[in-house]
Amino acid sequence: MANMQAHGPVALVQRRRWRRLFSPLPLITGFLTLCVVLMLVVILWNIVAGGVGRLTWEFLTTAPSQGMTAGGIFPAIFGTVFLVILMTIAVIPLGVATAVYLRYYARPDAWFSRAVQIAVKNLAGVPSIVIGLFGLGFFVQFVGVGIDKSFFGGEVTMGQPAILWASLTLALLTLPVVIISTEEAMRAIPTDYLEASYALGATRWQTIRRVVLPSSMTGILTGGILAVSRGAGEVAPIMFTGAAYFLPYLPTKLNDQFMELGYHVYVLSTQSPDVDATLPLLYSTVLVLLLLTFALNALAVVVRARLRVRQAV
Amino acid sequence: MPVITPHVSRTRPSYGLRPADRRRDRIMKYVITGSGFAAILAIILIFVFIGKEALPVLTSPEVHQEVTLSKMVTPLEGRAGKPKAYIWQPVSQVPKYSLPPLVLGSLKATLVALLFATPFAIGAAIYSSEFAPRRARELIKPVIEMLAGIPSVVLGFFALIVLAGWLKDLFDWKYRLNATTAGIALGVAAIPIIYTVAEEALRAVPRQYREAAQALGATPWQVARSVVLPSAAPGIFAAIALGFGRAIGETMIVLMASGNAATWSWSLGDSVRTMSATVAAEMAEVVHGSAHYNVLFFIGALLFVVTFLINFLGELYIGRLRRRLTGSAA
Repeated sequence: MANMQAHGPVALVQRRRWRRLFSPLPLITGFLTLCVVLMLVVILWNIVAGGVGRLTWEFLTTAPSQGMTAGGIFPAIFGTVFLVILMTIAVIPLGVATAVYLRYYARPDAWFSRAVQIAVKNLAGVPSIVIGLFGLGFFVQFVGVGIDKSFFGGEVTMGQPAILWASLTLALLTLPVVIISTEEAMRAIPTDYLEASYALGATRWQTIRRVVLPSSMTGILTGGILAVSRGAGEVAPIMFTGAAYFLPYLPTKLNDQFMELGYHVYVLSTQSPDVDATLPLLYSTVLVLLLLTFALNALAVVVRARLRVRQAV
Repeated sequence: MPVITPHVSRTRPSYGLRPADRRRDRIMKYVITGSGFAAILAIILIFVFIGKEALPVLTSPEVHQEVTLSKMVTPLEGRAGKPKAYIWQPVSQVPKYSLPPLVLGSLKATLVALLFATPFAIGAAIYSSEFAPRRARELIKPVIEMLAGIPSVVLGFFALIVLAGWLKDLFDWKYRLNATTAGIALGVAAIPIIYTVAEEALRAVPRQYREAAQALGATPWQVARSVVLPSAAPGIFAAIALGFGRAIGETMIVLMASGNAATWSWSLGDSVRTMSATVAAEMAEVVHGSAHYNVLFFIGALLFVVTFLINFLGELYIGRLRRRLTGSAA
């Protein structure tokens, strides 16, 4: 006590400032944060520097040639786009309907809606390779072979890996993304809107169709974009449900196999007959895949920011 | 907004609803409730169909001619003159399906991943929730989101082509591709989830805790060390557990960067073959309905059960923690 009085409050403040500046935890954690940022920078820098040289219009629009040591990646881009379009058609209605159920039909404390929420969270945590196995066991071997048996007299038509099965498998993987994003947007809709609609004599379904869905469009869009970004980058679920090493033709039917960007990266990285010749192509393919996913993510951020602005107004 | 015209039926009072609207409302109720069931159905179907293809390993006499559960976990006769060992050789005269090397491989890669990811992810979480100025915090979030947005096949590519070379020079390894190379890339993939969950746990610590400590004269570092960290410790632990679940199921990175040799070795510098990579590498070539096919599904089932339990318990734990912290704040 006597000590404190002798030095006075100014010294106390000074000592505190000194401790604030040189205390170890902010320094250590700040340094660790910097390391995380650097990891991202190093990875991105490496891929951009290695891939930008060969990234030409020709590379994007021609097919691989000479045992995949030359040419472009057009079939892989085409397959990826086709795949995610089919996936979106499957995942958006189901995801939005689930979100609508959770928000407007289920009683929040009922065991069933709790179970749905737990299922959504757990579905998001299922490893993608397990989803791929499921796609093979369920879509290809059960549904596909079942269709062949009952409609095509046992002739192999749908009971084989195909773009339809791959897209449905991916839809399962991305379902939680759409549900969570849509639900978030619906949470932001003011209850006044709903009450106004009900007061006008609208039914619950009319309210959802005319009020809820239009108001949560940006959230649905965000979820869809994030799902596409996630789906375009996943390889494990499509490896045995439809992706092919190399195809001389583009997929046009639902039961065709297809080439895909992520799978193409894997194939070029590990199965190339001539690694040195493939490497520049590989870098550019990775860059295209990365640009695609990042562009989609950035788009989702922009859409979401718009939503915030509109809500603030 | 479209105007909904009230329509009063003359035959019976219906609160202004047309019978067609009512019918549509009832139908849509069933449709939407049915869709709500989809997520649960998906989980159940995954259980059923992975289980259906995995079960013959335990029950089918045909599969048992080739492999049984006890053969999968005990050392096997290899070449003549050599001692018994764990061998994974599914494509040979006498197929051998020892699981221990694969399980050990998965655990080794995951261990390296967590050792690598945890300090960075938790450190960054503490920094951004406790110390970071607002501008730094606004930078960290997109960085983590971008890191999470990198497809795992791209990380696998980076580990295979770039990182493996760097690490080989650094540690003077015999093999470029090994548990550590794959583990570090796997760690990069696990950082976002560990960071996100840990940061949320730190933020859930009520402001009053911090203010009380500050009022007693604690410095920011003392507040963090003696108040915030202990309160958030269970959440941070859950974050690491969820990171484990993410890393052990991850496939493309280990498939590309781990070397894929199924050896029984404790060294982190040796090649490993993980459970997930084994499924990915072999499923495409396997004959449908063969013992090998069923064994791969069995491995998939193991992965599914492990990750399911970890995620389920982790979420349960976090939910309880959040309720406790917010409850005590009120």
